[in-house]
Amino acid sequence: MAVGLTLIFGVMRVVNFAHGDMMVWGMYLAWILATRAGVDPYVGFVLCAAALFVVGWVTQRLLVDRIVDAPHEMQILLMLGVALVLENAALVAFGPDPQRVLSPLRAATIWLGPVFVDVARLVTFALAMALTLALYLFLTRTDLGRTMRAAADNAYGALVIGTDVRRVYAVAFGIGAACVGAAGALVSPILPFQPAGGLSLSVASFNIVIIGGMGSLPGAFLGGLLVSVAESLGAVFLSPSMKELVSFSLLIAILLFRPAGLFGKTAA
Amino acid sequence: MAPLLEATGISKRFGGLVAVRALSLELARGEVLGLIGPNGAGKTTAFNVISGFLAPDAGLVRFDGHSLAGLKPHAICHLGLARTFQIVRPFPHLSVLDNVRVGALARQPRMGEARAKARAVIERVGLGAKAEQAAAGLTLADRKRLELARALATEPTLLLLDEVMAGLNPTETAAIVALIKSINEGGVSILLIEHNMRAVMSLSHRIAVLNFGEKIVEGPPAVVANHPRVIEAYLGEEYVHAPAR
Amino acid sequence: MKWLAAAALVVLLLLPAVLNSYAVTVFIFIFFYAFLGQAWNIVGGYAGQLSAGHAAFVGIGAYTSAVLSVQAGLTPWIGMLVGGLLSAVLGTIVGYLGFRFGLRGFYFVLLTVAFAEVCRIVALNTDAVGGALGYYITFTGNPWQFQFQDNRVYYYVALGLMLVATGIVAAIERRRFGAYLIAIREDESACEALGVNTFRYKMLAMVVSSFLTGVGGTFYAFYLFSLQPGAVFGIPLSVEIIIRPIVGGAGTVLGPILGSFILSPLGELSRIYFGQGSWSGAHLIAYGLLLIAVVLFLPQGAYPALRRLWARAAR
Repeated sequence: MAVGLTLIFGVMRVVNFAHGDMMVWGMYLAWILATRAGVDPYVGFVLCAAALFVVGWVTQRLLVDRIVDAPHEMQILLMLGVALVLENAALVAFGPDPQRVLSPLRAATIWLGPVFVDVARLVTFALAMALTLALYLFLTRTDLGRTMRAAADNAYGALVIGTDVRRVYAVAFGIGAACVGAAGALVSPILPFQPAGGLSLSVASFNIVIIGGMGSLPGAFLGGLLVSVAESLGAVFLSPSMKELVSFSLLIAILLFRPAGLFGKTAA
Repeated sequence: MAPLLEATGISKRFGGLVAVRALSLELARGEVLGLIGPNGAGKTTAFNVISGFLAPDAGLVRFDGHSLAGLKPHAICHLGLARTFQIVRPFPHLSVLDNVRVGALARQPRMGEARAKARAVIERVGLGAKAEQAAAGLTLADRKRLELARALATEPTLLLLDEVMAGLNPTETAAIVALIKSINEGGVSILLIEHNMRAVMSLSHRIAVLNFGEKIVEGPPAVVANHPRVIEAYLGEEYVHAPAR
Repeated sequence: MKWLAAAALVVLLLLPAVLNSYAVTVFIFIFFYAFLGQAWNIVGGYAGQLSAGHAAFVGIGAYTSAVLSVQAGLTPWIGMLVGGLLSAVLGTIVGYLGFRFGLRGFYFVLLTVAFAEVCRIVALNTDAVGGALGYYITFTGNPWQFQFQDNRVYYYVALGLMLVATGIVAAIERRRFGAYLIAIREDESACEALGVNTFRYKMLAMVVSSFLTGVGGTFYAFYLFSLQPGAVFGIPLSVEIIIRPIVGGAGTVLGPILGSFILSPLGELSRIYFGQGSWSGAHLIAYGLLLIAVVLFLPQGAYPALRRLWARAAR
């Protein structure tokens, strides 16, 4: 989830405010696949990723491309508009009530050492790790991946050596959206989701990405781990509804003292 | 008489790179001091330290009897030290007049008076006809004049000009040189960074040469132009002798 | 242009005589959101510091005056000043943290959102102000307690608020304060070099903006009589606040008003035509599309575009 956001920012310096809402659509797509087509989300996530890739690619080409050089305020407002559209389209299409996807794996648990672990969560975790690793390999080993990193570092330079920067941007946005689509699908059996949840998912993504460092993949990964652990601890020691307080406080602290995050490049 | 500007032992590093090393400069009232050196010699960094945009790692800057240590750029401006930027930064959506008025407001808090002052300065630099034009639509030469006008409107005693002639053709350059000369004759001391050797030689009373963050030579233009260390620093570069001031 | 505004004002003053109660309510919301938008305009439009957490100030103002009225019997006419003051305190904190630490653009937005969300979570978990169930004010209709039987009185109060805020913004624009804010939005570093203490002016803008917004919170509390943390501190309200000046023209005097006249009826219409239930979010889709359209085609907002058309037509 956070990995997708950091990729979009790293390559294009655009902050995707609609990130969480895209994820919600990923969840709903998984739900549709599960209920209408009987496809288990642990298989269907590939389709969700593909669908969201298209969404992301189209969004970039149509909208974001026009304002890549515009002042940041404009980019933020644009993505906010997209977020509003996505969130409320979901509301209209699916209704406001929380949903959950039932996967055959849901009820299964296994012993892992001294702890009972939900198989569903384990599979989600494993697949998420695998996808993250795949993305990392893509960026470092393949030509397209390397081109993307070049464009991220120096768009003008990449242009000079003949890179179709616009295509790279579109692909990057697409992949970022795909990540989040997959994330949504993978998480749909575990967490209840609703259209209004898009915003808190966006904010959670930002939290993680800023803490880990904007534009840094390992940062996003570690940031995700850090934030989830902190939130869980918060839920245990404070109270469940206060756990968001922990991540927000962490966010404020990081914004003030180390906006580059743990591994990040300098702020745009 | 005490110098107007006195920088002593200024050092500034960025990570592993030492941009400026133990630089000491003095500028007397009414003087034009030229600062030259190859690219990367630390000239703009020195400017940034003097004008308060960067804090030095070591050393002290005194201006008009005041220490500039820890002062923010706006406070330094109010003391009478104004600067222009190497890459001009006009307020793009504002008119030429409104641009300069922002500078004038530093000394004339009332909008009407600031406006009048701005108009006067615009006429002085030769942009009178374009007062109502949006800054974003100006030619480069005019934008340089605008940058100059804005700084002038703050009524400085010392003006720091950072490569104000970069990108100008010979006609435009000659015009700016004449303008700077007249500003200096009006009582404003000037510290200028320039690569245009003819201009520097004709404008400056004295020249300081920087290389790799250190001052290697200082003196009147004629002395500097023939100095072996300067030739060495600029090896391969052409420059033209201009008559000494 | 001036007599057009004067004529419009006269019309607005006379309208309640001919409108039904529902229409009066629509206008109340137009004026109220224009007021909030105008308050935001000072720091978001003129100074260019995009705050997406202004709902925090509404919430603080609302809860403050509500609690003071219910617990201590303090009339909201004074309570609104206390609420405004407390909002200004939060505004000072957020502004100080943001500006002292050099947070710009996206990072500043996130800071403001974070603070608003913290307020929301705290309110949600504080039983003394009603927690998740919300805080309720009993309706007494007592004007000294800022409660009015007649909807039309609220109309004039809201109109008054909008005019006061607009007057303040116009006054700011005419003075050095306004010129400096606009220049700060254009290029902060260049301003510093010209002797502008950018920190001080940004802080001032933030304080004025948050104070006014806090005052608006009192109107909210004593018009709706119920405060829910999610509604009064939440991002949807912040969006409602900022979208009007942005669509209408951020950094202009009339922008927030124009924006409110465009967006509030739009919201009402979509609420009517798409009804409750399954289409209840539709007006926000329209908001989103409008926001996208404005950013792509009219980045300065509707008012500057209209002004250009007017100038061309006048020739």
